[in-house]
Amino acid sequence: MRVALFITCIGDTVTPEVGRATVSVLERLGHEVSFPAGQTCCGQMHLNSGYRAEGDRLAARFMEVFDDCEVIVSPSSSCVGTMRERHPELHGRLFELSELLVHKLGVADVGAAFPHRVVYHPTCHSLRVAAVGDAPLRLLRAVDELELVDLPEARECCGFGGTFAIKNADTSAAMVIDKCAAIAATGASVVTALDSSCLVQIGGRLSRQGADVRALHLAEILAHARA
Amino acid sequence: MSESRQAFPAAAHEALADRRLRANLRNATATIRAKRDGVVAEVPDWEQLREAGRAIKADVLARLDEYLLAFEAAVEAGGGRVHWAADAAEANALVLAIARTHEVSELVKVKSLTTDEIGLNAALAAGGVHALETDLAELILQLDGDWSSHILVPAIHRNRTEIRDLFRRTIAQEPVSDDPRELAEVARRYLRERFLTARMAVSGANFAVAETGTVCVVESEGNGRMCTTLPSVLVTVLGIEKLVPTFTDLEVFLQLLPRSSTGERMNPYTSLWTGITPGDGPQEFHVILLDAGRTRVLADEVGRQALHCIRCSACLNVCPVYSRTGGHAYGSVYPGPIGAILTPQLRGIEHAASLPFASSLCGACYEVCPVKIDIPSVLLHLRAKAVQRRGGRGEALVMKAAAWAFGGRRRLATALRLGRLAQRPFVRRGAIRRLPGPLAAWTSTRDLRPLASESFREWWDHRT
Repeated sequence: MRVALFITCIGDTVTPEVGRATVSVLERLGHEVSFPAGQTCCGQMHLNSGYRAEGDRLAARFMEVFDDCEVIVSPSSSCVGTMRERHPELHGRLFELSELLVHKLGVADVGAAFPHRVVYHPTCHSLRVAAVGDAPLRLLRAVDELELVDLPEARECCGFGGTFAIKNADTSAAMVIDKCAAIAATGASVVTALDSSCLVQIGGRLSRQGADVRALHLAEILAHARA
Repeated sequence: MSESRQAFPAAAHEALADRRLRANLRNATATIRAKRDGVVAEVPDWEQLREAGRAIKADVLARLDEYLLAFEAAVEAGGGRVHWAADAAEANALVLAIARTHEVSELVKVKSLTTDEIGLNAALAAGGVHALETDLAELILQLDGDWSSHILVPAIHRNRTEIRDLFRRTIAQEPVSDDPRELAEVARRYLRERFLTARMAVSGANFAVAETGTVCVVESEGNGRMCTTLPSVLVTVLGIEKLVPTFTDLEVFLQLLPRSSTGERMNPYTSLWTGITPGDGPQEFHVILLDAGRTRVLADEVGRQALHCIRCSACLNVCPVYSRTGGHAYGSVYPGPIGAILTPQLRGIEHAASLPFASSLCGACYEVCPVKIDIPSVLLHLRAKAVQRRGGRGEALVMKAAAWAFGGRRRLATALRLGRLAQRPFVRRGAIRRLPGPLAAWTSTRDLRPLASESFREWWDHRT
């Protein structure tokens, strides 16, 4: 299948390894990945911060750039969910990575091995906006040598929330400190999720407190091919 | 009741530093959340009930003029009197005038958010009338000169040791421990005397039926029913959005409300009264229909769904922001997610512009709302209004610059080059630990990932 990749602004400029991993997983499964060069940002940051006109312009730009793409994938449930809410015609065309693999392509085992104890944080927008269901858990359970452990209070927000993390920094920090304590208590060496934005928040706090836990996007785990 | 009008981030900063408050809130919200989840899971048609609740409220708002007139006619046919109040001052003056007519210097009150919203107690006090709160938690706050931090559990920020100490200082006649039963007994003795001597009571209402003129109050303690049955004069202050069309519609809300609020299948006391009954209960009954900003909210197509709220407080209990900051940080009798959309609309966005931003947009509130208020969408709507009013400040310039940079791949490449140059002095071993200006708010508690030395796009271009 030919799949167009929407990398997202953060994925392009801050966490390019997530995009590289996404390409690697899809190509390993025999799919062809394209990258429409005109893409930039879906406009969510502007929309969520009250700059509606700018957000609308960027969303319209997304619709133009991906106009002739039949299937679009993105390693961000937040951007995918937001774009589908604003342009419902994208349902069935725009997928978050785990949705594409499990629901569209019918694959749970992508041929990965990852010998670590992993905890999965269901991000708010993957739960409640993109509503990806159990797709990410099915993928993780099919990874060889991976020990998946439960996260207490898993459904609680990590405190990122876009500009919320700056405007309400104290509250945001209180939230991520609790989230990281819950993660650390599981004894996992890796925390994973479907959104690089939340992982920047969680990873940034883990790094600050010197915790021995890495924050990795699901795509990065799936990219580790079995020997 | 006093109100803090500090902006949310500053008020939250203070609240977050209060460790006892954090612990009290964490325990209380976690307990109610678990109870609510349990009893909601028992109801097989919960989603249909929510949809029914939403639809009834939407109908009420669409035909509010008709329903209000029908309600007025039904109340008056039942021997009650209806007054219309455009704002808080008018409503307070009406209550005070009724008290003066009956030469009352003290009245008893049913727990009511609406009368807190309009500052009734202070207005009555200024007119020489003492309004005694009879809900246990409200009484605790009144005795301590404190004010509510939760819609349903106003003293959620207090624990029983604090309450024991307060009672010892104020109303306890005998030694009292921090056993909840003993504490309740102290309050009971104190309140019973007042119930038996009070000649006038004031209530709010959970619901009011347009068809029949019936008023409904839902409570746990029975103190509300003491107020609505013993005194000879009863005044109900009713927000105009509290109507339901028919008596049968109560069936939906009396299922949704207790399960969402206290996590009970059914609340202990549901009082319903229609006009007056000669020889039984109050012989004079007044309803004050209160606007106080509600018609302005109604005029906003996106924001009006905030008027669906049945004050259950489920959104507070699941909110990751509320459950850490508590209610006082919201500076309003309506805290939490619902307060963040209701307060700026009732008061005007210019008086509460920080509230719509007091959310990470996690969506937990929308998920539990028994009448399906899409709180995240209304927050975004109000954020846009707040930004429009505020105009070109530093943040607006940054947002405009970002929008420009995202306008095309060349612009983005330029912005990326500039960003890499700007961040260079701050990157240490692959992380940014300290930044100046507004971004210090991030780095004070978290490291920041720097911009990548090779963007995805650069990698892709080199690859092919």
